[in-house]
This record gives sequence, C-alpha cells and structure tokens, in this order.
Amino acid sequence: MSQPMRLTINGEVRTLEAPEDMPLLWVLRDLLGLTGTKFGCGIAQCGACTVHIDGKPVRSCMLPVSAVGNRRVTTIEGIGATPAGAKVQKAWLDLEVVQCGYCQSGQIMSAAALLEAMPNPDDADIDAAMAGNICRCGTYVRIRAAIKRAAGGSGA
Amino acid sequence: MRVLQSAISRRGLLGGGLASGFLLAFHLPTYGASEPVRGPGDTKGKFAPNAFIRIDPAGKTTLVMPQVEMGQGVYTSVAMILAEELDADYQQVVLEHAPPNDKLYGNPTFGIQVTGNSNSIRAFWKPLREAGAAARAMLIQAAAQQWKVDPASCTAVNGQVRHTGSGRKLGFGTLAGAASRLAPPKNPPLKDPKDFTLIGKSLKRLDTLHKVDGGVVYGIDVMLPGMKFATLAASPVFGGKVAHVDPSVANRIPGVRKVIVLDDMVAVVGDHMWAAQQGLRALDITWNEGPNAGVSSADIWQHLRKASEGNGAVAKNVGDVEKALSQGERYEAAYELPFLAHATMEPLNCTVQLKPDSCEIWLGTQVLSRVQGTVATLTGLPIEKVTARNHLIGGGFGRRLEPDMALSAVRVAQHLDGEPVKVVWTREEDVQHDIYRPVYRDTIAATLSGGKIAAFKYKVTGSSVIARWLPPAFQHGIDIDAIDSAVDMPYDIAHLRVEYVRAEPPAVPTGFWRGVGPNNNVFAIECFMDELARKAGQDPIAFRRAMLGKSPRLLAALDLVVEKSNWGKPLPARAGRGVSVQPSFGSFIATVVEAEVDAQGEVGLRRVTSAVDTGIAVNPDTIVAQLQGGLIFGLTAALYGEVTVKNGRVQQSNFNDYRMLRIDQIPPIEVYVIKSGEAPGGIGETGATAAPPALRNAIYAATGIALRRLPIDRDVLAGRKPA
Repeated sequence: MSQPMRLTINGEVRTLEAPEDMPLLWVLRDLLGLTGTKFGCGIAQCGACTVHIDGKPVRSCMLPVSAVGNRRVTTIEGIGATPAGAKVQKAWLDLEVVQCGYCQSGQIMSAAALLEAMPNPDDADIDAAMAGNICRCGTYVRIRAAIKRAAGGSGA
Repeated sequence: MRVLQSAISRRGLLGGGLASGFLLAFHLPTYGASEPVRGPGDTKGKFAPNAFIRIDPAGKTTLVMPQVEMGQGVYTSVAMILAEELDADYQQVVLEHAPPNDKLYGNPTFGIQVTGNSNSIRAFWKPLREAGAAARAMLIQAAAQQWKVDPASCTAVNGQVRHTGSGRKLGFGTLAGAASRLAPPKNPPLKDPKDFTLIGKSLKRLDTLHKVDGGVVYGIDVMLPGMKFATLAASPVFGGKVAHVDPSVANRIPGVRKVIVLDDMVAVVGDHMWAAQQGLRALDITWNEGPNAGVSSADIWQHLRKASEGNGAVAKNVGDVEKALSQGERYEAAYELPFLAHATMEPLNCTVQLKPDSCEIWLGTQVLSRVQGTVATLTGLPIEKVTARNHLIGGGFGRRLEPDMALSAVRVAQHLDGEPVKVVWTREEDVQHDIYRPVYRDTIAATLSGGKIAAFKYKVTGSSVIARWLPPAFQHGIDIDAIDSAVDMPYDIAHLRVEYVRAEPPAVPTGFWRGVGPNNNVFAIECFMDELARKAGQDPIAFRRAMLGKSPRLLAALDLVVEKSNWGKPLPARAGRGVSVQPSFGSFIATVVEAEVDAQGEVGLRRVTSAVDTGIAVNPDTIVAQLQGGLIFGLTAALYGEVTVKNGRVQQSNFNDYRMLRIDQIPPIEVYVIKSGEAPGGIGETGATAAPPALRNAIYAATGIALRRLPIDRDVLAGRKPA
C-alpha cells in the first residue's frame, strides 16, 4: 500500500505517497518528475540511476524508497550546487566527454562522489570508482581525463 | 512508403559503381533538401528561405536539424555547416528537431528521413552549404537594395551584413522582412574552403550543456498531465502468441490500472513504472510458443553453414578468379560472426496519446517519418492527424531505425480512453526482443604470387536487412549493404570475386547495427590478410602496404598509425599488435590494437591507435570522439558480444549476461586526424568496424592462434578447446 512519506531531495523537503518497496528511481522519475536520473537496467548493473544518499553514490533502481529515511538525496538536478559536482560538470563540458548523454547523469554522480571522498584520484582510483557505470558510446577515455581535470590537473 | 517505392522504381537503382557506404550507390530523388522550399508552418513572420533556416525580426536564428542527434555530434556539425555558409553568429543559433516531413527533410541518399550508415554529413554537405549560401545571398541583396549599393560590395559576418565602402551594418533580423520577399537564388556561390571560419574547428558541442545537469528530455523522460506508465512482455519465444493469462493477480497490485492482453503481447498500465513492472511480473502468462519453440543456436549455425556452401549472386568479378585460384597453393578460411543486440543505454520507449481523431507520439527515432507513416497505417488515421515528435536520443546504433517500439505503444494506447501513456521496455525485454545484427559466415579462398595476393574469392552468407527494410534496393539477389567494404576492398588484386548468399536465420529478426555491412566484411578480410601475410612470410604492415598502391589515402593512414603505435617495437611474451585498414563509409582508417593474453585465455587491452583521413573534418574533435567511442563499441563486441538462442528464446537478458566493456578495462586510445581537403566522409560507425579485426590480429600475433569467430573464445586461447 502507498505510504505518506517525506524525502529531502536536493535540499528540498518533498512529501509524497508511494509503496514502501518502490525503488527510489521510480519515485524520482514518475512521481516527482525528476527525470535526470535514468533507468538503464533495473538491476544495479549499469549505474545510470546513480544518486547520492548522504553524499554516497547509490543505485536508485534497487533502493526501496522506504530505506532512504531522513537521509539527504542528491540527484543530477542538484549536484551542480556542490563544489565537486560543479567541477565535474564543467570538466565534462570542457573536455567534451558527452555523446548521447544518457549514462552521463550516473557517470557525473559517481565522479562527484569520488572527488568528494578522494580529491586527487589516480587512474586506479578512478577505475575502481567508475567501473559500475556503463557508457555504451564509449566515453571512458574522456571520463578519466575529465575527472583528473576536475580534481585540478590538466586532464589533457 | 508507397511514394518512396514508386520513386525508386522510376529512377532505377544501382547505377554506377558501388562506392563505399552502400547508399551512395542510390540516386533517389532528393526532394527538397537542396531546393528552396518554404517551411511547414512555423515560419510566420520569419525569414525562412528553405527548410533549415529561420530568422526572426529580432535576429534569432533557428536551424532545423534534418538528422537526429544520438550522440554522434551531428547537431553541432550540421549547425556549423549552415552557419558557415550563412555567416550566422554561431554562438547564438538555436536548434530544432525537424518534424516528420520527407519532402523537406528527407535524407538525399535515402529519399526519406533516415539517420544511419554514417552518411549525415556526406549526404547533407552540399544541400546544407547551398541552403546557407542562398540565405546569405538573399540577406546581402536585401541590404544592398536598402543601401542602394552593389551586392558585391557587401559581405556577411556573424549575423550582420556590412557594406565595405561605407562601413554600414544591418543585422540579419532587421533584414529578415525584406529578404523574405526575395526569390532564393539558383546555385548560390559557396565559400572557398580556405575561407571557412567555423568548419574545421573543434567548436563546442551544442547538444551537451543540459546533458550534464539532467535537463535534457529524452523520449523516455516525457511527462504529460494525467499520464499513465506501461511496460510490456512479448512472447519469449520469437513469434509466439498469448494462450492464456489471468489478469486478476496484477489488478490486485496497488497502482496497476489495466492489464492489456493482445494476441502477441501483454502490457500492464499503472500509475508509475514500478506498478506496471510489478503487475507484469505477477502475471502467469501461458504462451502458445508456435513453430520456433524448437530453434536453438546450433540449428541457426547449421542453417547458415549449409547455405554458405552454395554459389552466391555475383557482386563483383574482376579477372578470372577460378583460373587464378587453380594456380599455386590455395588458402581457405571461413569466419563467423554472432547475433548482437544493440543495448542502447536508453531502453526502448514511446509515449502515446491516442484519441478518436488524432494520435500524438513522443519518442527518439532515427526514422521519424516512417514512424509517423506506420502509426497512421496502424490507426487508420490520416497522416496529418498523427503528430510525431523527436527527441535527443540515448543511443541508436541502428536499433531506432525500426518503428516497432512506436507500434507496440500505440497498440497499448488503443486499449485506453485517450489518456497519455508512456510505454517503457525493461532492459530484459530490450535485449530479448531486439532486432539483431545478423549472424554472418564469410568464406574466402586466395592464392599468393610473389608475396602478393593473386586471386581472392570472397563470399558473404547472411541475412539481408536491406531486403526487409528497403525492399526496392534489394536487386539481383544482392544486398548492397552486406557486400559493402568487400566489393570496394582497398587492395590491388588482379583476380577478385565477391558473392552474396542470402540466408535468413530461423526465428530471429535481423536489423542494422553500428558498422552495418562493413563490420562483417572488414573483419573477415582483415583477419585473412594477417593469415596470408604469415603464409607469405611477411610482416602484416609490409604485406598490406605492397597492395595499397591504388589507395593512397589509406596508405597514408597506415603509415601514420605504424609510426604512432610503435609498430615493431618489442613487447612482452603473449602480447601482440594487430592492424586493420578500411575504406568504409568514405573514411580511410588504419588501426593498431595492442593486447595481451594470459594463461586463462583472458584478453587485456594495452593500447589502441587509429589514424583517419575522413576528408574535411567539419569538427575534428567530433571525429576523435566518434572513433574513441566506436573503437570501444567494436572491442566490446569482439570481447563479449553474442546473443544465443535456445528453444526459440534469447538466452541473454541484461548487462550481467550481455556484457559491456567498463572503464577499468579501457586502455589509452589515441586518434590522429589527417588534414584533408577531400569531401567529408562518414565517421559514426567506423571505429566499431575497425577494432575487432585489429584486436583479433593482435591476439594472433601474441599467441599464434588464428581465431575465426567472434566473440573471442577464451577456452581456445587457454588451450582448453581446439581452435
């Protein structure tokens, strides 16, 4: 049955009714109209649905909304308000990472979380943090460079 | 579609030689692409000299995009070409998706609105330049009339016309009204390429700003008031029908609004996708599996191999192949490629609002007018009552050259009461009901003489996508896509024969997939080249170079990639370099992959280097990006890509068992763009075609094992299974 609940999303408190087991992904997209978070696989294999829960990257397609509780949800629509998120977005545009763009919401959320946790990641850190995000266009080479650029390197 | 077919039969097909990029062989009526046609109704009060350009009195310049943007960067390139000849202020242009309209926006090589075969820039290069140049000439004429000066004394720069003598200026917006009253000139003069100020520069992409902040609305993101959400299941066995289903279980799930049972699929409509998915999962559907229930991959391969034994339709015949093959030692090989799914990151979807007298649809498609036409036929509505809106596309790769996702969504909407419904496929449905890259078998026989190929007989056996997708183009038993990059293979060979055998696989539907025909042919030919080089006792580069005399652009690319890839420098044990060259899609590309193979047969990628002559690179950074990504697309297929069938069902279902390369497997990838003044070539598919043979040849160099099937078989590489 649908339950009334409160979620804090991108700093805003939203009240809604949803089944407790409904994944956060569909709450965001279908109930709240925050469509920047993408559906890709539904089984936490591709990372397109990545959001932050209290700053940590989480696959929203398998996270029941009832498990969010009072924790802060940040989505691609709100990540630009964080210093790491803004740097990542800028680096993504500066280095023209994006092709079709569909996976990039998730890529950017994973990259922003990485930089929050680790300001100067090396290739191995980047690979470990980003290996859960599939890009079918194959933008990986530029993702690596853009993360380094966002971290303050040249990212050439 | 009827218009297209009659037009084709009037003109006839397959005139001259089969240039690279099969559809260049067509000379369909180009409709309005290059002729000035007034716009479809959004032009009121604007200067709209042709289908692509709208300038309002405030100077706002809107460019209408005839080709769809699915990541390949075409919106930027098209805008650059138009703005270049128009002398618009590129920073200020606004882009619009074209509406469905073959007359205004038909691809000149297809005659209908199609984005595919890497031909957007090849096909539209001239029409877009002419459209921009004509508009510029009219704006200049309007200014000259106002100033009462000779138009030749005026120039256009950055959205303004200037009079050279007096320094007077007028913005395009101010001139829009007067220019609208002028007749578009015939054959407006085009710029000398040396005067280009935009083309050739790596300008920023115009489609990506809101792809990094969640602001872009893809088809799957469309939200409408009162909208319902649906998901569907077709028979897991291809061609099966619904035998029985009890909808009551799903109806008990909160948020489920309706279970729709059609003859070949079941859809559940709910208040959100979760309800629809839960509802569908709850249903126990009994399928009448039909005649395909017994089909498995082994049957499909047996069918293909049997078909490949026969003679094919002759697509090319130079010299006397049979005679030349009878002289000297004859080398033979057969290569096989699997079914592949597209797995676009944006799962298939379509939003529909169907009312008694109208149908509105929202989706991302490579064939907008075909979607509109097919929906009109399905609903019985007049075509002008079907509104089809395109979107930025979350990956196409050929999957969205099919209208099936629109048809199934409309069939769902036919069971609703006029409320909008967004139908989204699950990833499992997307993988298991794709329209797959066909299985192919390529058989080759060759002889050598003096260290070069004397005779080369090449036969492709596989499905004809063209015969289904564009029937009038399938003539004399030849699929011109299936033999592309084979009939025009770049090597200088005195006795060459290319044949095609059409063999439709049982049960499995087949379609275009990134790289199309060349993907198969470049693989087989370039793999066999390495085997022949070894027979000839030559280095793979030297062997190729000696036969590329008639393809200087490819030779230059090969020489460059040899230099940049450190070809010939020593590598550790079980590591190797492999090369491929290709003339495909009007671009000349040489690629070197460096790879290593461990004792378990696992393949590691060490480095990839490509050199490309694509003619004039409208936006060089886009060329680099497309190759980087395309190479990864091809490497993914070579390392993992295979769809298999058991009991009439696809065995793969999601990214866990239909694997993709991930960032931690990606080596450095370098792309070198050769400066060229030749006409622009295609680029979107080229990397997907280039990578698999180069990888396979690297494995051959590393291990001595000549793999002849994809994907890479780790058991063979580990010695657990014979080659």
